[in-house]
Amino acid sequence: MLTDTIAAISTAVGEAGIAVIRVSGPDSISEVERIFHSKTALTKAESHTVHYGHIVDPDTQERVEEVLVTVMRAPRSFTTEDVVEISTHGGVISVKRVMDLLLQLEIRLAEPGEFTKRAFLNGRIDLSQAEAVIDLIRSKSDRAFSIALKQVEGSLSQKIGELRHTLVETMAHIEVNIDYPEHDVESLTAEFIKQKSSEVMEGIQKLLKTAEEGKILREGITTAIVGRPNVGKSSLLNALAHTNRAIVTDIPGTTRDVIEEFVTINNIPLKLLDTAGIRETMDVVEKIGVERSKHAVTEADLILLVLNASEPLHEDELELMEQIRGRQSIVIMNKMDLPSQLDRDLLSRYYPDELIVPMSVMTEEGIDLLEKAISSLFFSGKLESGDLTYVSNVRHIALLKKAYKSLQDAYEAADQFIPIDMIQIDVRLAWEQLGEITGDTAAETLLDQIFSQFCLGK
Amino acid sequence: MSYDGGSYDVIVIGAGHAGCEAALAAARMGCNTLMITINLDMVAFMPCNPSIGGPAKGHVVREIDALGGEMGRNIDKTFIQMRMLNTGKGPAVHALRAQADKFLYQQTMKETMEKEPNLTMRQGMVEQLIVEDGVCVGVVTKTGTSYRAKSTVLTTGTYLRGKVIMGELTYESGPNNQQPSVKLAENLRELGFDLVRFKTGTPPRVHKSTIDFSKTEIQPGDEKPKFFSYETESSDNEQLPCWLTYTSVETHRIINENLHRAPMFSGIIEGTGPRYCPSIEDKIVRFSDKPKHQIFLEPEGKNTSEYYVQGLSTSMPEDVQLAMLRSIPGLEKVEMMRNGYAIEYDAMVPTQLWPSLETKKMPGLFTAGQINGTSGYEEAAGQGIMAGINAARKVQGKEPVILDRSQGYIGVLIDDLVTKGTNEPYRLLTSRAEYRLLLRHDNADLRLTPVGHEIGLISEERFAKFLDKKEKVELEIERLRSTKVGPSHVNALLESIGSAPIQDGSNLLTILRRPEVSHSHIEQISPSPYELTEEMKEQVEIQIKYAGYIEKQLIHVERLQKMDKKKIPESIDYNDVQGIAIEARQKLSSIRPISIGQASRISGVTPADISILLVYLEHYNRVTAARG
Repeated sequence: MLTDTIAAISTAVGEAGIAVIRVSGPDSISEVERIFHSKTALTKAESHTVHYGHIVDPDTQERVEEVLVTVMRAPRSFTTEDVVEISTHGGVISVKRVMDLLLQLEIRLAEPGEFTKRAFLNGRIDLSQAEAVIDLIRSKSDRAFSIALKQVEGSLSQKIGELRHTLVETMAHIEVNIDYPEHDVESLTAEFIKQKSSEVMEGIQKLLKTAEEGKILREGITTAIVGRPNVGKSSLLNALAHTNRAIVTDIPGTTRDVIEEFVTINNIPLKLLDTAGIRETMDVVEKIGVERSKHAVTEADLILLVLNASEPLHEDELELMEQIRGRQSIVIMNKMDLPSQLDRDLLSRYYPDELIVPMSVMTEEGIDLLEKAISSLFFSGKLESGDLTYVSNVRHIALLKKAYKSLQDAYEAADQFIPIDMIQIDVRLAWEQLGEITGDTAAETLLDQIFSQFCLGK
Repeated sequence: MSYDGGSYDVIVIGAGHAGCEAALAAARMGCNTLMITINLDMVAFMPCNPSIGGPAKGHVVREIDALGGEMGRNIDKTFIQMRMLNTGKGPAVHALRAQADKFLYQQTMKETMEKEPNLTMRQGMVEQLIVEDGVCVGVVTKTGTSYRAKSTVLTTGTYLRGKVIMGELTYESGPNNQQPSVKLAENLRELGFDLVRFKTGTPPRVHKSTIDFSKTEIQPGDEKPKFFSYETESSDNEQLPCWLTYTSVETHRIINENLHRAPMFSGIIEGTGPRYCPSIEDKIVRFSDKPKHQIFLEPEGKNTSEYYVQGLSTSMPEDVQLAMLRSIPGLEKVEMMRNGYAIEYDAMVPTQLWPSLETKKMPGLFTAGQINGTSGYEEAAGQGIMAGINAARKVQGKEPVILDRSQGYIGVLIDDLVTKGTNEPYRLLTSRAEYRLLLRHDNADLRLTPVGHEIGLISEERFAKFLDKKEKVELEIERLRSTKVGPSHVNALLESIGSAPIQDGSNLLTILRRPEVSHSHIEQISPSPYELTEEMKEQVEIQIKYAGYIEKQLIHVERLQKMDKKKIPESIDYNDVQGIAIEARQKLSSIRPISIGQASRISGVTPADISILLVYLEHYNRVTAARG
């Protein structure tokens, strides 16, 4: 994990001008070279030079994107490793296509905070920042984890589980043939391995198809509107939807089956989280409360905290503010048309002025201020670049494709009568790659399978 | 009451397969070594199957030999059958398996040990460790003799509070009715070690003259046997066959009708048994749809009529065992000479050990073999040699030798034990190794002989021979790479072996990659100038033919090694590491991994925890460096 090559989108996901993908690690230059066509070879490029060219799909030779590529050689880079930065046209689709190709190479998606971690471990960042680096890794991983977990609950994980089961049965069969050569289990044929690999490859293809279809609209800054009952959350949602381009999606996805609402504010895509929940509960106001808000908060990139300015701060609201301290959030002081009861000084302890937005969502007064606050957060780079749902989707797709490729290798090897223990290397790789999606890579499972499937012993 | 038995560098307690390797390694490394065992007639005894090797296990024997251990040489001298298994599969899983003359095996090992200049052998029952300031400094025996040493290695096998179980009958005993070691088990508990209860078993033995071999299938050894030791060049050992038969419907009926008398099911057995080595009653219950099970009849030696009934491990009452045996084709009139039994014993929770096999709790105390929760002679011996090496190195003030998972099955075995622990007797399987293709039977010397030489277990003469082999293999590969041939040179040959002709020039290496082409074919066109032995030719072929797969694994190995090289200081306090998850903190604190690599293999420690640990370590190291 210290020596491989990693990539991530290092600019905000949005529809703005350009996006930058950063690749870091010993193979970054040679790997990017494999999909980059240009006059000069990147491997021969001098450090800190910029190259114009195209990203080309190595399988189809199709030009995917027109890009500028910057090469920074070790140790003169942020991570002190070889770094390649690819500037593409902005917009989700362009970035995604390049990212998808990169992750087919010997490059993996960076873990949360990994560039910073490497910079630190390589002595690039000052010791005083160690704690900040740890916080960064922890907070991002926790959120990535909670989101990943949510995604793999449900149909995707079930389907992957089925595919992995077929693979582990096949593997157990291969292993028994290897470890118990004198045992009277039926001997394993190349035909059997081919049949099982095809079966799983077909399953992966189906998953990839649904993943591609259901994905594009689901990308943006995940935004949670939180607050106590009756402060005006649903009105804010309606106001945002009313004044902006709103798309309601109800595509049963590969990963989650919730209704999400998208608005684009100054070209920044926001995915409003659990908006269905907010709408539904309009009639059952008493049912929603702090608990629900807390849940939404854990997975949001941006939090919009709505307060009722005509009432003093409630204990629950203080607790909420405490909880979201350090996260990107904006306070909306709603109902400014009524006499204010809110202690602005207390609020100022938590929020700088520019993040406190007085508003009346009923009259839509002040909504321009909110939009401005969101834009400035976004363009100042404070808002997180990658929507983690998007990111883990990219990761899932890359892993599905890699698993497919591994099984293809296994199939071909079986076709050429390569010994089964070598075919097993690729079958096992596919099994592990699928397991990475669901977070299940325990090798012990294979042993369990062997001993429950076969009767062995002396 | 107690008298001073003298001081040694290293004491080894136990003379099983772990104890023998440990004692020999320590003595050969120049340490004045004492081996104490309950019964000197039981040195290197095989209480279960009279065989050594097989997949993963045979690999370990090769590794022991490559390091300078004894098991390989000893079985090469005493085998009564040798077979290479898995020859239809890739070279990595080719596995040598020998039937041993179990009596000759013991005698030969004992003789070797008796001749070892630095080694003293004593019969005695060790009952207590001598502990001073938390450090183990020696042992006391039942007769009141105290021996002192800088390192002590415990290899107690299944003797610790051993209990034999057969039907309704149970009694305190070591294997084969030997005295169990009860006081020592109590002492270990008092000293604060965590012990678990494991179980294993063995099948009955029968008299050869009462077997009707005509109803069984013959299983002969290989015509041209290969050997475990790199030093064995030939052998005149006469080979004996094994015989295959099957359980019958009647066998299954007898077992099913007597299940209520099976201690496995009646609740008498408390210990956890190995899944890969179930008793016949367990097999029949768990796989009730399997109509018959294989039974191999294996001779226990040249000068005995006892046959081992492989496949019929059982703890049924004696009368049921006899009925079971006589329901098997070929055994209708068989005389049972010894009955099968289950044995329960105490074992250490192996996560209490450093990867050097020294206990964390008590410096100076090492443990190896079945006491660490493993099963199998080879697994025991593999740990034994490492414990012996590290016990000796501790005496000599040197760093321990730790094999990583890409260096050998021994590395995989020990890393699994000390990092993950085990909740059943641990058996090696090739599938436990991530880098199976690199851990081959053929290249154990390339992997480990330099290590054996470095620590002083491989003689200069043997090492020179090894280097010669290594060099010739490299030279030959280079020659094949640089020798270009045209269609007119090779096509006649290629056609004669049914291989497609080449159109353009090619090098010999590319041609040898073809599955149907062997090195001897190449030599027909272009003989090697290097006087290669068969072993060298085999090595050249394997390295060339499987280069693609081998390189794939090597990339991963490089990563593993980088992670394993990131050492974690012993003094680290995980409570000071902010940000790691609670479960990870507990596991890390208890296992105390020596490297980031080991930490990452602990279950429950996530990549995020590892990232945080790395950042913390960098911080820690920079601060420590700044303090000077």
